[in-house]
Amino acid sequence: MSSKDINIRIGELETGIGHIRDLQVRIGRVLDEKWAEPAGPTPFPSLTALRNWDRTLLNRYRPFYLPFCDLCCLCTYGKCDLTGSKRGACGISMAAQQSRIVLLAACIGAATHISHARELVAHLIQEFGRERKLDAGSSVEVEAPVIRLVCGIRPRTLADLEPVLDYAEQQVTALLSATHTGQEGDPIDLESKVLHAGMVDQVGMEVADIAQISAYNFPKAEPATALVDLGMAAVDTAKPVILVIGHNVPPAAGILDYLQDRGLAGGVEVTGICCSAIDASRYSPEAKIVGPISWQMRYVRSGIPDVVVVDEQCIRTDILEAAKAHGMPLIATSEKVCLGLPDRTADAADAIVADLTGGRSPGAFILDPEKVGEVAVKTALAVAPARRAARNAPYRVDPREEAGRCGGCGFCQRACPNDLNVPKAMQACAAGDTGMLAALYDACLGCTRCEHACPQGIPVHSCILAAAGESIRNERFSMRTGRGAIGDIEIRQVGGPIVLGEIPGVVAFVGCANYPDGGRELAEMAGEFATRKYIVCTSGCAAMTIGMYRNEEGKTLYETYPGDFQAGGIVNVGSCVSNAHIAGAAIKIASIFARRNLRANYEEIADYVHNRVGAVGIAWGAMSQKAASIAAGFWRLGIPVIVGPHGTKYRRMLLGRADREEDWYVLDARSGEEVYTGPVPEHLFIAAETPEEAMILAAKLCMRPNDTARGRALKLTHYIDLHRRHRGGIPDDLPLFVRTASDIPITMKEELLQVLREKDWKEIRIPDPTLLRRPARGRQD
Amino acid sequence: MTDTDSWQTAEVGGPRRAAVIRKAVAAAAVIRRAERPILILGHRAGERECNGGRMIDCLIGLARASGCTVVASGNASSALRERGYPPHAAMPAVELGSRLTDPAWTGIDGKGAYDLAILAGLPYPMAWTLLSALKHFSPVKTLCLDPGYQPQATWSLPNISLADWAAFMHALNASLASTEGGG
Ligand code: SF4
Ligand code: SF4
Ligand code: SF4
Repeated sequence: MSSKDINIRIGELETGIGHIRDLQVRIGRVLDEKWAEPAGPTPFPSLTALRNWDRTLLNRYRPFYLPFCDLCCLCTYGKCDLTGSKRGACGISMAAQQSRIVLLAACIGAATHISHARELVAHLIQEFGRERKLDAGSSVEVEAPVIRLVCGIRPRTLADLEPVLDYAEQQVTALLSATHTGQEGDPIDLESKVLHAGMVDQVGMEVADIAQISAYNFPKAEPATALVDLGMAAVDTAKPVILVIGHNVPPAAGILDYLQDRGLAGGVEVTGICCSAIDASRYSPEAKIVGPISWQMRYVRSGIPDVVVVDEQCIRTDILEAAKAHGMPLIATSEKVCLGLPDRTADAADAIVADLTGGRSPGAFILDPEKVGEVAVKTALAVAPARRAARNAPYRVDPREEAGRCGGCGFCQRACPNDLNVPKAMQACAAGDTGMLAALYDACLGCTRCEHACPQGIPVHSCILAAAGESIRNERFSMRTGRGAIGDIEIRQVGGPIVLGEIPGVVAFVGCANYPDGGRELAEMAGEFATRKYIVCTSGCAAMTIGMYRNEEGKTLYETYPGDFQAGGIVNVGSCVSNAHIAGAAIKIASIFARRNLRANYEEIADYVHNRVGAVGIAWGAMSQKAASIAAGFWRLGIPVIVGPHGTKYRRMLLGRADREEDWYVLDARSGEEVYTGPVPEHLFIAAETPEEAMILAAKLCMRPNDTARGRALKLTHYIDLHRRHRGGIPDDLPLFVRTASDIPITMKEELLQVLREKDWKEIRIPDPTLLRRPARGRQD
Repeated sequence: MTDTDSWQTAEVGGPRRAAVIRKAVAAAAVIRRAERPILILGHRAGERECNGGRMIDCLIGLARASGCTVVASGNASSALRERGYPPHAAMPAVELGSRLTDPAWTGIDGKGAYDLAILAGLPYPMAWTLLSALKHFSPVKTLCLDPGYQPQATWSLPNISLADWAAFMHALNASLASTEGGG
């Protein structure tokens, strides 16, 4: 694309139509001429520019399809039965159909972040001007690693982000069109497009986060950001309370600004759910975080919020009904989520407030974040006194009375994603014991499917909440707020130990709250890896969840571990869009530590990251399409992702085959020879059944062909230890990961050598690994 | 809802649904007919109580009686080891599933492809997606021995109580043991 980009500047020209002065014509995009770094081969890559790299990965990590059902229902030819080798009326196979759905999910996810970024950049330009400088932090020289890598440009101002978004939008449109009936039909080409969607999604996320960090002055690559309050009990219910839900922070910022400007700060509680909460806390330490996405019903039904403000993404689509039922006026603030409400953007704030407080309207749709601030605060102040009573009667149910109506039909359990045994708990509750019902609280996702299934109309979720009142009243935790990027100095310090394998790995806990058995599992996993001196990164709902548990000393993980990007740190980068900084850290290791050129040099950098940076993502509660596209962005960089058991519903895994030796050869960049390395990393996308299995997998998936012997020994120590503890015994596949006797952890040397001898193990050599046929550097042909 | 509606309400597979097995002798016949059966045991088997023990105790009985290869997923391996019955292999369920869809795979022991996969103890949605993968992409027949109906299997039990399930397993194991013993 870039080769066709033209920039023409004409000082003076006489033409048939007249005299032209200072005409500048820009066609396409122009690369930064002041940037000394040479441009790589793929600036603004098209749909197929990185197809060879994708095929290299997909040849090793083949799709394993797990169809959701037998049918395709996409067009009016259908429904088509695609069972086994049957084809749809359009000719599509079951395999391609699964990839197509994954691509659709990835496009939805990428479109969501990119559209969010567009809305944010447009707003910030309006508020702060086009020339507002981007600033990811004084310790951050490489301010936009993903954009540099993918687009080949260095954005300097908010305005520079616009052509980046133009590119991302074009790509998503083209990708989406490929899912139309009668377009792409090859599963592997569809998968390549999934990876493209993931990469473009990372670009969109990076745009959004560096824009808001710069303009709103969020923490800038600071390891020790403030600890903010987390949990329902952190809310001071004596004050009027505003709840913000979603991902786009300007309305929340509007509320906080209004409070500040009117001297009302501290007089009104600004609380949030999901990423708007995280970003509000990055904007002001006054903001409080209630919890992840699954806390929406819990919190609204608690009666605590006086006003609900929704922006975009991850909002329950029945939130207006829920808010209405609890007498909370609702303000919708995004064109993407209007909820049927009247557009009041042009109306005077006081008129809107009068309608909301007078009960004439359950809500308003307001597109101006400043006006949202004024209306939300005034409404909260006005309705709060009358709503005090509602707060004193949370959930409005008597579980014992409700349980008395339960017929034990079991429909609630069968509707429950986590198969929670509600009927048994109801039986016990009817007999006077609410303990079992309360015990369901932690694993309950707050989805309310049980309520819709119950033929008796029992408000099951509310019964669980009422029974668990005590735990909810104690829900007060802490979270270190999002720090943004990883500083260049931090990268310099840990780059070597990571690449050489002496820090056993970087484990990133990301994604939503669709946990199979509650959030405690996630917190335990994060604590385990931090104790083992991995670098633990986190973002979004996962970042909140890991702050919601206390150890024996009564401390949360954030109070126990530092926020530095170093061994044993727990690094909260921020909201969902801050995920780009985790990818960015891996990319920066290649550029800052290894001095590889970043600029438009995707293949080489991804090859570097894949072969040398022992990083793995764990999206234990991944649920949304955004989680699908975020994962896809990591896959294209060759970084493996583990999901929880619900993750098989993403319809396909990308699995390596450790037993196929031919799959695990790399080129030795020094000699050009093909060298067997063992299956590292073994998978690119895999669902684990239990947290124990996820931990064993994560330790294994941090191994890389480039590990030094010392590094590999350390990684093996953790792998073997976790395996012994949770599966029992030494792993069967141990011989595949020991390259030379020096890889064997010293404390287990004799025992392991014995095992290896029995399995006919042979030493292999450690190469300078690359998957690129075109040598990255140094190879003599 | 009947006992052959999927256990989880919305899991409606498609036109081809699992044949329901209500009698232990029928399940025994399916297992006996198989030349190379493999049992995939998920972690829930070690957690769910039944008949004063855990589901896994009945399933170990099945493994002993049928002599089939046992692969433990999740952390079922620990529960098996604690009972003195280590699995033939321990690996994530999807990893095993992907191998089962490869016609060239010669099995855990290298002695050839499996023709029957018996599933038990996986979380319901994981079992359903895995069964679907095997239904669409492999010739392997599947038998789901969980107490909830799984439409994506070749054969599945209906929705039954854990007490009925324990009785079923007892009868199944007895039936298989008598066949094995009687040659
Ligand atoms: S898109 Fe193809 S498979 Fe799907 S319903 Fe239409 S014709 Fe059938
Ligand atoms: S609200 Fe909780 S109990 Fe009800 S179906 Fe959802 S997860 Fe299950
Ligand atoms: S669906 Fe309703 S009536 Fe049936 S068991 Fe559940 S709570 Fe009881």
